[in-house]
Amino acid sequence: MIPFIRKRAFASLVSLILLIVAVFFLSRLTGDPAALYLPSEASEEMRQQFREVHGLNDPIMVQFGRYVWDLLHLDMGESIRKARPAFDVVAEAFWWTLQLALITMTLVTGAAIVIGSLAAFRAGGFFDRVASVTSLIGASAPDFWVAIVAIVVFAVGLGWLPTSGTGSVWHWILPIAVLFIRPFGLIVQVVRGSMITALSSAYVKTARAKGVKARPIIFVHALRNAMLPVITVIGDQAAALLNGAVVIETIFGFPGVGKLMIDSILQRDFNVVLAAIMITAVAIFLMNLLIDLAYSALDPRIRH
Amino acid sequence: MSHIDTIPDEPKPLVRFARMLWADKFALAAVLFLLTVLVLAVAGPHWLDGAAQKQNLRGRNAPPFEWERGWLWVLGADALGRPLLARIIVATQNTMMIAAGAVVCSAAIGTVLGLIAGYAGKRTGEVILRLADVIMSFPSLLLAVVVLYILGPSVGNLIVVLSITRIPVYLRTTRAEVLEVRERMFVQAAKVMGASGPRIIFRHILPVVLPTLTTIATLDFAFVMLAESSLSFLGIGIQPPDITWGLMIAQGKQYLTTAWWLSFWPGLAIILTTLSLNLLSNWMRIALDPVQRWRLEMRQTRKGETA
Amino acid sequence: MTHLLDVRDLSVEFHTAVGTVHAVKRVSFHLDRGETLAILGESGSGKSVSSSAIMDLIDMPPGKITSGQILFDGRDLLKLPASARRDINGRRIAMIFQDPLSHLNPVYTVGWQIEEALTAHGADRATARAEALRLVARVGIPNPADSLKKYPHEFSGGQRQRLMIAMALALKPDLLIADEPTTALDVTVQAEVLALLEELQHETGMGILIITHDLGVVAEIADRVVVMNAGEVVETGETAQVYRNPQHPYTARLIGAAPGKGEMHMPVPQAEPVLSVRNARKVFGRFTAVEDVSFDLMPGETLAIVGESGSGKSTVAKMLLRLEEPTAGQALWKGRDLFAMPPAELHALRRDLQMVFQDPTQSLNPRMTVWQLITEAWVIHPAILPREKWKTRVAELLQQVGLKPEMAGRYPHQFSGGQRQRIAIARALALEPQLIICDEAVSALDVSVQAQVIALLDDLRKRLGISFIFIAHDLPVVRDFADHVMVMEKGRVVELGPVRQVFDSPQQPYTQRLLAAGLDPDPEVQAGRRAARLALAG
Repeated sequence: MIPFIRKRAFASLVSLILLIVAVFFLSRLTGDPAALYLPSEASEEMRQQFREVHGLNDPIMVQFGRYVWDLLHLDMGESIRKARPAFDVVAEAFWWTLQLALITMTLVTGAAIVIGSLAAFRAGGFFDRVASVTSLIGASAPDFWVAIVAIVVFAVGLGWLPTSGTGSVWHWILPIAVLFIRPFGLIVQVVRGSMITALSSAYVKTARAKGVKARPIIFVHALRNAMLPVITVIGDQAAALLNGAVVIETIFGFPGVGKLMIDSILQRDFNVVLAAIMITAVAIFLMNLLIDLAYSALDPRIRH
Repeated sequence: MSHIDTIPDEPKPLVRFARMLWADKFALAAVLFLLTVLVLAVAGPHWLDGAAQKQNLRGRNAPPFEWERGWLWVLGADALGRPLLARIIVATQNTMMIAAGAVVCSAAIGTVLGLIAGYAGKRTGEVILRLADVIMSFPSLLLAVVVLYILGPSVGNLIVVLSITRIPVYLRTTRAEVLEVRERMFVQAAKVMGASGPRIIFRHILPVVLPTLTTIATLDFAFVMLAESSLSFLGIGIQPPDITWGLMIAQGKQYLTTAWWLSFWPGLAIILTTLSLNLLSNWMRIALDPVQRWRLEMRQTRKGETA
Repeated sequence: MTHLLDVRDLSVEFHTAVGTVHAVKRVSFHLDRGETLAILGESGSGKSVSSSAIMDLIDMPPGKITSGQILFDGRDLLKLPASARRDINGRRIAMIFQDPLSHLNPVYTVGWQIEEALTAHGADRATARAEALRLVARVGIPNPADSLKKYPHEFSGGQRQRLMIAMALALKPDLLIADEPTTALDVTVQAEVLALLEELQHETGMGILIITHDLGVVAEIADRVVVMNAGEVVETGETAQVYRNPQHPYTARLIGAAPGKGEMHMPVPQAEPVLSVRNARKVFGRFTAVEDVSFDLMPGETLAIVGESGSGKSTVAKMLLRLEEPTAGQALWKGRDLFAMPPAELHALRRDLQMVFQDPTQSLNPRMTVWQLITEAWVIHPAILPREKWKTRVAELLQQVGLKPEMAGRYPHQFSGGQRQRIAIARALALEPQLIICDEAVSALDVSVQAQVIALLDDLRKRLGISFIFIAHDLPVVRDFADHVMVMEKGRVVELGPVRQVFDSPQQPYTQRLLAAGLDPDPEVQAGRRAARLALAG
């Protein structure tokens, strides 16, 4: 199993490196930061000085080399906009997004597995139809629209919940609820499909011939076999959340990494952009590793 | 029992599909809805463009369901008094075009790359897979912003950006299927006959992969539609005077508490379209799979048809 | 007298796209303790559906039981609630299946799965574990304690079937249903598994209902036999009686189609070999699949390569066609070495060597019509036949293999298994080859159809002068039409000689064992062979 992990780690590392190179050069293409940070009346010398101080005049390869060197010392430079280390800025924002993502995905996974499995057991029955329709509607709704409607109904109309900010537990309810809907809808579908296949397999027939009851057949025999494709989708959805549920963060005023990235791009704060991508990519890479480990834990055939 | 038995005749494929569609009323409704959307996308602007543009400052933010104004105003009017129903119908074309364009491009490129990755040597396959990985770990929003800033936010560029981010989905699925299909006996038989690589890929492997791809593309269409609306909502997608449903929701955001209908109806349009696509995709997954087909066929033969 | 199992007038139907299929029509049979009843039938006979009904394993929809009773110890199972049937399953009636690999859950240890048979009916963990250990040892698995912790894919096919038997017998059921338990196993392993079943039956006194298509299995193990065809019972009786005196024409046909009863070919006069293989070798990583294989093939003769799974026989065939790259050795086809040929030459050579694969359902592209399947050969090799002549040639080929030319517009799934294999043969003939390799070409077919396809191949050989290499996994199948026989074991050639010599006076112990393990369809002959086999082993 160790050589398996090593191979995957190496592959991801290569991707990570390519990613950094690509982003570094791409983000430089969006324009000149000096023009943005200094008022338009600023003279050319002021701009020159600004560029000198922040090392923006050196040839691009030198800038890149310096960046990589600093990276190896875990120094991601300073945020031009906030005059703080970029790493700190990003780490703070990432922490918010991470909490949001973890809580949401845990709830989604638990609920989707139970509901999808039960729906698959009596495929075509009443519960299945209701579950299918609900999950389909959930997977079809644009999250920003749901957020808006939710705010109008629950925050403004009924006054039960705050509209934005991060003060108390109550502030988390709407964002998590809205973020929950789409992944839940998708994963219920996948679980259902996968479970239907597993439940019609030969080993389930054997279990029925042995006289095993319905619940162990669903949740012990079929579920573990059905989980492999489901885990892939869970990983994809979690990655999407980690990349920053930008829109939700914007609407609800959550200081997460998605919002930070957009703002930094628009303000041409290079270091923050790069740091944000780095940290997010590393997080996703670790998550993919976890998923691969989960694969081999679930299916002994992969281990050998 | 002789080997020159007669063989039962089978209904033609079109008839089979029509029957299976009839068996699943939800999917049937979805297909009808999507056909309507298609018609509106093609004919909408031509038909209602004038009405959609006509500003009526006295009817600003007019509420819905006020029948005196005329049927066009049944959904209300926007901040400039333009009828919402007309605007929604006109916006259908852009929304559909962008999503369709992105899906077609990403499906074509992704499938070709997937075919190569699956059938060519191990090295080539690995390289292409790395490429897919890089695209997947790229925050799609960043990519969108960067590209749109460099090239300017237009319909064409939006399609480019959305396609790039969706390529890996088709690439990976195609590759996985190719890897599996190429071991099948009829592919071996073709090799034994001397069939060339391209012939095997296009004549034998691709037809097996197409049903899965079609199902995925249908789902993907919905996803791209949602992605485009998110981008437009954030202000980096479609720019006025072009209009899509996503942009309409964004424009209505400021009037949320006073005129909720500005954002509500376009959102509903998105939901209904996406829902129909999802229902259609689910139906296709069963209809195109010979093993699962009986679920749809049985429902309809129960009405008294015997062998 | 109440029978242990009494099936009366059972009818089952299924709803499909082409209407309602009556899979089982008013079938009746009975079984007592200590007795072994065989249900003999080909595919589509309804034999598996009948037994699935006993265990409540039919999916309803699309299936439906439309009439009959299943009396178990006097009680009608069909009238019991689902919970009662679940209680009976495993505890009083148990079942083992054809393909043990897919019927065992791949993600749990075999120990856990055997224990579950006990815990599902109320036993506690500790008792279950002890009992599982005892059972695994009883069915002959080496290192029982360690084996309990392993997963199904870590065992061989025969071992997996033993584990399934252990699992089925955990609660000492009164009735064991065995659905084609040995069909997927090697010949030598098959004999062992059947012997194990008989031993266990003597120990426990249970009744065995065995479902099979193989007359040899019936002769070996069954006391009585029920013959089914197209959903109906056509004949019932004691095994020896039915064999000696079949009442129904279908039974007579089935018995007549059993291979290995005809005249063996006379030795072929020596001539210049058309194919000479010397020291062929194929290595996959650390595993040697084929080692030092050499043989000659005379023009217009049939060479049979016989071996069990893992013998390398299929690999040799693939090497000749370069579907696998040989590691070493040479194969001289009319003077040129097949193993060393560059791709350009190889392409031209495709016309000379063709293959008929084992499973016609999988070797014919389901999306191509018969016309497209056959003419593909001329699309790839345009030099063979100009387009104007295609239509007549396709008609000729179809007629040659016994099909009607009008069928050219249909798809493979509209034909039966035997017909599909004929299409595959027509496809191979389209290239006008001089050598056809048949890789287990009849193994996936029903017995009565097997004989027809073999007759067709033999006829084509005589008429067109094609040489054949016929690969099979047991000896009786090749007895009637092979000229030379080559026996392989674990990648090596064990014995090679003219057919009469190999069958009448086999030199090597492995060949002798292989011959002895074969099951003769005549119950009396088989009884004698069993005694001889036990003497050989003991």
